[in-house]
Amino acid sequence: MKNKPTLAVHKFTSCDGCQLVVLNLEEELLALAAAFDIARFVEAMSGSRPGPWDVSLVEGSVTTEEEMARIRTIRAQSRYLAAIGACATAGGIQALREWVPLEVLKQAVYPAPEVIAALPRSTPASAHVRVDLELPGCPIDKGQLKEALLSLARGRIPALPCHAVCLECKRQGNPCVVVAKGIPCLGPVTRTGCGALCPRFGRGCYGCFGPAEQSNFGAMREMLEGAGLSPEAITRQYRLFTAGASSFKAAGGG
Amino acid sequence: MAERRINIQALARVEGEGALEITLREGAVEEVRLRIYEPPRFFEGILRGRHFHEVPDIVARICGICPVAYQMSAVHALEAALGIAPSENTRALRRLLYCGEWIESHALHLYLLAAPDFFGYGSALEMAKDHRGIVERGLKIKAAGNTLIAAVGGRSIHPVSPRVGGFSGVPRRADLRGLLPELERAREAAGATVRWAAGWPIPEHAWEFEYAALVHPEEYPMNEGRFCSSGGVDCAMAEFDTVVQESQVPHSNALHAAIKGRGAYLVGPLARINLNAERFAPVARAALREIGIPFPTQNPFHSHLARAVEMLQAIDEAIRLIEEYLPPEPPYAEAPDRAGEGRWITEAPRGSLYHHYRIGPDGLIESARIVPPTSQNQRQIEEDLRAYLPKLPDLPDEALGLRCEALVRAYDPCISCATHFLTVTIKQRQ
Repeated sequence: MKNKPTLAVHKFTSCDGCQLVVLNLEEELLALAAAFDIARFVEAMSGSRPGPWDVSLVEGSVTTEEEMARIRTIRAQSRYLAAIGACATAGGIQALREWVPLEVLKQAVYPAPEVIAALPRSTPASAHVRVDLELPGCPIDKGQLKEALLSLARGRIPALPCHAVCLECKRQGNPCVVVAKGIPCLGPVTRTGCGALCPRFGRGCYGCFGPAEQSNFGAMREMLEGAGLSPEAITRQYRLFTAGASSFKAAGGG
Repeated sequence: MAERRINIQALARVEGEGALEITLREGAVEEVRLRIYEPPRFFEGILRGRHFHEVPDIVARICGICPVAYQMSAVHALEAALGIAPSENTRALRRLLYCGEWIESHALHLYLLAAPDFFGYGSALEMAKDHRGIVERGLKIKAAGNTLIAAVGGRSIHPVSPRVGGFSGVPRRADLRGLLPELERAREAAGATVRWAAGWPIPEHAWEFEYAALVHPEEYPMNEGRFCSSGGVDCAMAEFDTVVQESQVPHSNALHAAIKGRGAYLVGPLARINLNAERFAPVARAALREIGIPFPTQNPFHSHLARAVEMLQAIDEAIRLIEEYLPPEPPYAEAPDRAGEGRWITEAPRGSLYHHYRIGPDGLIESARIVPPTSQNQRQIEEDLRAYLPKLPDLPDEALGLRCEALVRAYDPCISCATHFLTVTIKQRQ
């Protein structure tokens, strides 16, 4: 009988929310445990086993020297490396340090900032190593995670949709918050995956899943201005959880 | 001079990354250090210059396990700064959302993180091979909590609807009523959980320490109340800074909190139940009587039982809130830009969570300060280990390390909150 593929979950700088999506598979979690030999998942189990692993899930961004070295070790030990979530794929909210000097941030939090070790930038796994699959989202979507795990277990890399969530929202028949209420919404430039949650709850998309492919940021800007946003407010729209993604970075003023 | 050193690579089944270093000399405890090396993310710095309406979305990302807690402390503190009072229906819906997070977080901790300690397994997944029904029961309760958060907030991790002034959108009555069968099953399962947890082999470990939580005259505390302690603290939320002092220690990326003039204190389910048990709903009071643990207790391991009873309370309360639910209309109060300063405490699953904001006249945040429960418990955990170690028999290093990890886990530390990965190092000096 063929051995089950091994799975390892690794944490970098993050809120733990994307690992929690794994545990939130809930009743399917036991099926996952049956499909994989889980070798490492510190948040959920004692007794991690060293690599090599068939599938590594990487949560979080790289923000320390130690993490820079660790991501390379994990890459070398993993057949497939999947980066999960906005931190691992775009640097996360902590990538905002790109626009505020690190020393200023340290002083805002710590009375003795000099003892705090952190890199001046927060970077995705792909800035350091080859990544086989990226799951977008802050947090990732449970359905996409399940599909990714089932595919990787069979040695396949799944193709995830990369069109704008605006299309998904239209397909659901939600009243458009921009047209109906004049609420600013990043749906036309944000990647699908969340299920178009925000308009269903009366608010505009705030870009958790990062940029969609081939987005028209010029038209987006006109729409945001039309909704009454100042240039500073438009910049802030793009500077949230995927501020480090190149097209959001450019749209936010570089 | 032989030195025994144990290095358990990672203290598992906690949320985050930290290390525990214990030094013993001649069998006596010389030093205990809970070292949090979870890399810092500087939220309080990131928040400066953001508009107050962006704050609930940003602070949710401090913690994937308790995002609702961060959103609740933030919206209340910001509303205090702006002089907005939420409507009664908004207040009830916020409480319902918070119940969902207590259910999800407590079920996660009891079944997936803590229980394996008491049954000799490395994980709940391993435990499920022998006790599938029990683990499935826990996962179903957890799912019920997540479903509830998603119904009110859009999704269970980083909900989208909470905002300053109320909610961007609110569920319909029929949508919430549809959850009742699942919640009623979860209430049964939570009752069974209390009886199950009462049978865990809890170590005898009572000692004198101070504990603190919100206390409310009419309800089990979540979003409102006064900050009170067993040592006589009784203050308005806004006076938190006058009784609690934060300081930085070189071995940790999380700040330590202490009650001025005294020191360490415990926050969380045990503190809450010790100070508020009489405000439980009848079903939770009956469960407490049935298990016969006389709260208040001074055994930190009773935190597990407190969590189980709180989970039952939260499910029961969620059912009541849904039955009485009236959608807030309008869903939120308008919040015009203005300068102000606000402080608030809510009860996160892991304990009191303090937020303090200053807003400028343009609506932008001038300063933010956040004191999470795990920062407050950090010093208490170190002192607790000092009290616990001498009571342990002469064990091999690895077994001793596991006992210490189990005590740390009783606090359900959330290290991503306090900044996170616990490695236990025990040094034996002779």
